[in-house]
Amino acid sequence: MNLAFRNAVQGGDDKPKLPGSLHVNRRLDQWLSIQPEGTVTITPGKVELGQGIVTALAQIAAEELDVALPRIVMRPASTPTSPDEAVTSGSLSVQESGMAIRHACAEARAIVVGVVAQRTGVSRDDIAVRDGDFVAPDGRLLGSYWSMADAALLAVEATPGDRAKPANARRIAGTSAARLDLPPKLFGQPRFVHDMRLPGMLHARMVRPAARGATLAALKDGPLPGGATIFRSGSVLAALAPQEHHAEAAAARLAARATWNAEDTLPEEHALEAWMESAPREDSTVLERSAETPAPTRTIRRRFFRPFITHGSIGTCCAIAQWHNDTVEIWCHSQGIYNLRADLTKALRIPADNIILHHVEGAGCYGHNGADDVALDAALIARAHPGTPIRVLWSRAEELAWGPASPAMIVDVAAEADEAGTLLRWSQQVLSNGHSGRPGRGALPTLLAASMMEDGFPVPPAINPPLAGGGGAQRNAVPPYRVPALRVDMARITAMPIRASALRGLGALVNVWAIESVMDELAAQAGEDPLAHRLRHLDDARSRDVLARAAQMADWPNRQKREGVGMGLAVSRYKGSGAWCAAVAEIEAGERIRCRRLWLAADVGEVVNPDGSLNQIEGGAIQATSLCLLEAVRHDARNVTSDSWESYPILRFSDVPRVQAELIARPEAPPLGAGECSLGPVIAAIANAIADALDVRVTRWPFTPDNIARAMDEA
Amino acid sequence: MSITFTLNGAAVTVPIEEEAPLLAALRGPLGLSGTRFGCGQEQCGACLVLVDGEPAYGCTLHVGAVTGRRVTTVEGLGTPAAPHPLQAAFLELQAGQCGFCLSGVLLRASVLLRDNPDPTEDDVRAALDPHLCRCGSHNRIIRAVLRAAAQGQMA
Repeated sequence: MNLAFRNAVQGGDDKPKLPGSLHVNRRLDQWLSIQPEGTVTITPGKVELGQGIVTALAQIAAEELDVALPRIVMRPASTPTSPDEAVTSGSLSVQESGMAIRHACAEARAIVVGVVAQRTGVSRDDIAVRDGDFVAPDGRLLGSYWSMADAALLAVEATPGDRAKPANARRIAGTSAARLDLPPKLFGQPRFVHDMRLPGMLHARMVRPAARGATLAALKDGPLPGGATIFRSGSVLAALAPQEHHAEAAAARLAARATWNAEDTLPEEHALEAWMESAPREDSTVLERSAETPAPTRTIRRRFFRPFITHGSIGTCCAIAQWHNDTVEIWCHSQGIYNLRADLTKALRIPADNIILHHVEGAGCYGHNGADDVALDAALIARAHPGTPIRVLWSRAEELAWGPASPAMIVDVAAEADEAGTLLRWSQQVLSNGHSGRPGRGALPTLLAASMMEDGFPVPPAINPPLAGGGGAQRNAVPPYRVPALRVDMARITAMPIRASALRGLGALVNVWAIESVMDELAAQAGEDPLAHRLRHLDDARSRDVLARAAQMADWPNRQKREGVGMGLAVSRYKGSGAWCAAVAEIEAGERIRCRRLWLAADVGEVVNPDGSLNQIEGGAIQATSLCLLEAVRHDARNVTSDSWESYPILRFSDVPRVQAELIARPEAPPLGAGECSLGPVIAAIANAIADALDVRVTRWPFTPDNIARAMDEA
Repeated sequence: MSITFTLNGAAVTVPIEEEAPLLAALRGPLGLSGTRFGCGQEQCGACLVLVDGEPAYGCTLHVGAVTGRRVTTVEGLGTPAAPHPLQAAFLELQAGQCGFCLSGVLLRASVLLRDNPDPTEDDVRAALDPHLCRCGSHNRIIRAVLRAAAQGQMA
């Protein structure tokens, strides 16, 4: 949801089409440079979020250049020199950055080989490249990239034409290369932005208001520890000190001394669903297909409700900012440094040229968390301390309660079928806040402090990208099954009491849960096996393939009915245009639901790093298990109250399901990204497994004993 | 106002008040980065260290409490040149995604293998329960701990 988003919103251009992000960052030297000491620097605009993308991109570069992988040096993104690849999101990094790097490196190789051919008289087709050396057919060494490291050679725009290796010639891309970023993390070496220490740096901690939208009324005077000082701009309040623990202690004192003008602005938790139905909204139709159908004999109407959920990174948000005269330099773990820069120009009221942003890795990122917000926090405080680097680290409470959350959703499904369970009509209505509050996309800055600072800005309500850009609330709201009459509608709530934005999968998590639950129920009503019922409604061969494979892995046809144990399955093609994934879940229904095993089959097209893709697919599956079994943002009328791991529990080791995951090999097919495809199917498979075990449809998230008891009462 | 203890085998003296958290001393004046802040409430395990060989939460433990004692952080477990068997196994099985939880996980696992050199999978799960991983690398981590144990048995 980045370049794809931008293209969907702004439309294309009439330049000759180049692959991925190369189309909008056309110079080869934006992507790579050859170093005389024997390395190639690759400069992607996509960033490492813990997903392993940097390793995959390095593999693609090494492959096309014909150099060994250790010769590739990956430089993290920085403005203004890195290509603008918008946001690292939407499972699009291999498609957008990987394909740009593949094409750019293949063209760079062709350019340099062309020069060698010209100089030596050996035909370019006869020149082999062996780990960067150019070799004639008779074994003569003709030179190397390193001896020809002339920047001018690559100071050109890329040109169309497919020079990349055919799939069957790849030797590095397509193998499970070890993660480049893992060794330092295993030995405790500095790697995260949290680990940066700049000379003279001060540590800062924010003091958050007593309620959403509250303004700072007064701050009592009093001593602070460790030479701590105060920063205040409007209702943005912070403590800063040379030592980190002093900043933390000082912030706690300020919190106790501050009084706020606070009001009730949030719906009470128990009234959230009713609030959503009465809130101001903007309606739209996602897809409508009319057809004459016979009168149905089976009708299923179900409402699925999910409260807000949040990211829960293990590390909290962190950024360092330093002003040099009228220019600010910021180190942060934003997913999109150019998008962030665009919002910083608005919030700081300075031109883009006066903002330098460096991406430095943070803890695992699963969507739009507070990474952008903390950059503005740091920039504001640092502006009051010219020349001094200011490091802001969010507390656990801020991380869980003040970062953007994935919005609460209501999905209403009505499905009509004939006696045999064959679909006739399907309608799906999706109601939620927008799923994207990312910076850089609107007239107003979306950053947290922008609404709290002096001369601040109103908070713009989150949007839903168009379906062509991946969609937001409506992501995967269109069922993948053959149905003559179809109508999918979306209502975007335009009031936003809790900041809403993108979390891994966006609306797909709830839509897939809803669709796959209804399909399951329909199969059960018609007395058909849920696998067979789905297979005969799927026209898409790759959907059928992953579903059949996952079922086979789980030995689905031979499953035994056991007391208190259930099995369920589900399938989805992420975004309707991305990777395919099917899941089978086995659950135990005791005092609470435990997911014991998951079988996953995925088709992500070309796989650049099989182990990395499987790591992502399994990681998504375990995260999804946690999300649906345990997670809900808790709130009262004033604030988010789930601000610790006690009040926002996530899955722990002893409850993690055993996972078996497989990739269906499609080396010739375009790559599709693996990071998000497994979540929706896993959640739906768990819900269906609960129905199998308990004969009750759980339609309220999370799937806790309370919500299951409620479903039993309503049944 | 200074505290003396043994850090990863070497004596250190830190100019810091007794009631400062050990984590602040490690990441501040001692200049280490492997021990991480995750929650400050002993709920996630990112800050786990060993004090006289036993697990302790660096985020809440006062540095004064380690006076004269032995503190081990992930930096003291092994080095790229001489990795601890756990670090070698984690690398071999690519057990991690973002890596933020791994320092604490590795230290906890080292205590498990010391006390129980031949753990079952359930033993590993139970031992690691105080540690949160959000990326979903749990099963790889469990397999890596079991791999390190198996290699220790062979040695």
